[in-house]
Amino acid sequence: MKNTSRKQQISWFVLCAVLLAVLPILVGNFLGNSWVRIIDFTLLYIMLALGLNIVVGFAGLLDMGFIAFYAVGAYTYALLSSPHFGLHLPFYVTIPLGALFAACFGLMLGTPVLRLKGDYLAIVTLGFGEIIRIFMNNLNAPINITNGPQGVNLVDPIHLGSASLGDTWHLGGLAFPSVYLHYYLFLALTVLVVIMGWRLQHSRIGRAWVALREDDIAAAAMGINIRNIKLLAFALGALSGGVAGGMFASFQGFISPESFGLMESIMILAMVVLGGMGHIPGVIMGAIVLSIVPEVLRDVIGPLQMNMFGRMLIDPENARQLLFGLALVVMMLVRPAGMWPSRRVVAEFSDSKAAAGSKEG
Amino acid sequence: VDIFLQQILNGLVLGSIYALIALGYTMVYGIMGLINFAHGEVVMIGAMVTVTVIKLLVAAGVTWPGPVLVTVGLLVSVPACMLLGYVIERVAYRPLRGAQRLAPLITAIGLSIVLQQVAILIWGRNYIPFPPILNHDVVTIFGASITKLQITIIAMCLLIMVGLLIMVEKTKLGRAMRATSQNPAVAGLMGVNVNSIISATFVIGSGLGAVAGVMVATNYDQAHYYMGYMIGMKAFTAAVLGGIGNLGGAVAGGLVLGVIESLGAGYIGSLTGGFLGSNYQDIFAFMVLILVLIFRPSGLLGEKVADRA
Repeated sequence: MKNTSRKQQISWFVLCAVLLAVLPILVGNFLGNSWVRIIDFTLLYIMLALGLNIVVGFAGLLDMGFIAFYAVGAYTYALLSSPHFGLHLPFYVTIPLGALFAACFGLMLGTPVLRLKGDYLAIVTLGFGEIIRIFMNNLNAPINITNGPQGVNLVDPIHLGSASLGDTWHLGGLAFPSVYLHYYLFLALTVLVVIMGWRLQHSRIGRAWVALREDDIAAAAMGINIRNIKLLAFALGALSGGVAGGMFASFQGFISPESFGLMESIMILAMVVLGGMGHIPGVIMGAIVLSIVPEVLRDVIGPLQMNMFGRMLIDPENARQLLFGLALVVMMLVRPAGMWPSRRVVAEFSDSKAAAGSKEG
Repeated sequence: VDIFLQQILNGLVLGSIYALIALGYTMVYGIMGLINFAHGEVVMIGAMVTVTVIKLLVAAGVTWPGPVLVTVGLLVSVPACMLLGYVIERVAYRPLRGAQRLAPLITAIGLSIVLQQVAILIWGRNYIPFPPILNHDVVTIFGASITKLQITIIAMCLLIMVGLLIMVEKTKLGRAMRATSQNPAVAGLMGVNVNSIISATFVIGSGLGAVAGVMVATNYDQAHYYMGYMIGMKAFTAAVLGGIGNLGGAVAGGLVLGVIESLGAGYIGSLTGGFLGSNYQDIFAFMVLILVLIFRPSGLLGEKVADRA
């Protein structure tokens, strides 16, 4: 990067921007709109992974219940704009409200676990995620709040007046189906989250997080308020999770507790760790790989088996999960620091390699 | 009062199974300082293999009494799970010793997924009923009922735990394990083969997990590819509750957690005026976990370890 001139940087930037702008049209025309939908979900996952990256990557707090904040955002949106309660509040109320609730939940989780570290923190956050899911599953009686395992149906798409993102828009002779419109919305939000992460990382707060991650006692000795900085990480991470959740509810039109299981939390954590913790481009790459590859496999495994053996040996869904699990293991063994780690992590890693064998690692 | 006693008994059955699984977590944590996330899957595989062996035997027309069949099943599943534990350590943990802390966590999760999917491939997604070979006679104690099977479960758990404690405290292997858990580098200098001790820990823990898996399957009369997850989580909670790394603590934590859970499930309805029902049973384990970690992070019997990063 250092060697490239300013001009080159700008032309790269413009090229990327143009590519991202026409991506849904290209993909939609060549691969079909179902792939645009997959890209939309990829953008949601990037948002989630970047949110979790604040907590896990920057501040070094291992959060395994991150999906709970996504769920809070999604349920806030769904309950406030669907026929379930007969409320149809506009998105500029529900999305911020969802983000706010999610941030509050982040603080709620963060406060009691301030003293915990490492694996303990992982397991408590995991438990927190499960508690949220159990409540979503069961809060349909005696007062029906979440509609239990059936979930909430017919969630309103994001709309402003009569213009709804659920419809196809016609602009200048081009048709923009709902998936395209959501793509642009999600892309804008993702860019926002990236900028937020970037600015945070290089701010006073970001440096405080690094200090906290490396050695909390030394950080406290340097005058960093450990409590506030930890809570801030939880709240900001949860905030992005909440926004993504609201987007998910409006895009999907239907949510149920099933979408917010442990497996989803693990998936997002895997995106962060496999991509390269604390490194925004790495995390984005992790999210893209882990959301696109399983979808490609879904399309490939079935036909491949038919061609090779003439029949289905392994159920494609089964094979997909199996490969996913194997990929996690293999990739971690081959590149324990992630696919695209930050330079700081690489440096740390060569240090700890030298000291390998010690328990602390 | 009858319900109270009944729930305590149910809790003890559940708790002794939790304790057995918790021992697997706590041994590994004590030695390596990490959570073996794949342990729940070992429990599941143990149950599945045993059920399969018993079914095959029954289908082959063998008419041995139930306990003998289960023992034969255990003779297959325990070594199988021990081997599995050994492989898990070699594949997921040993290459990553000294790597960043999250790396082994991710490999363990990856292995969990692989094991679950392999289980689906072999046994399918449906619940597998436990063959009806065991005696479910009910014994009544002070108005509370417990089956003979459940009494056997508790007795066997206690026996195994006592055996393990004796092994850790009295044998050479046990001494080497304790030394490794205190300081692997120094233990290595003292002539302990740290690698084989770590392998032995995984092997023993997985063997216990297999036994526990069979107990879960007999107690609930079924096995399922996903059974390892929730029970593993709760057993881990039990280990933390008792003070992770502490064998006696795992046992105490398991029993306490089992009793809390079944009392909670029995009384939550009347406590909340019918607002929350027994479908919230699973919440207790996590609530207990969070409360313990907030108020007594070292657990019931543990020394202070919460600051360990």
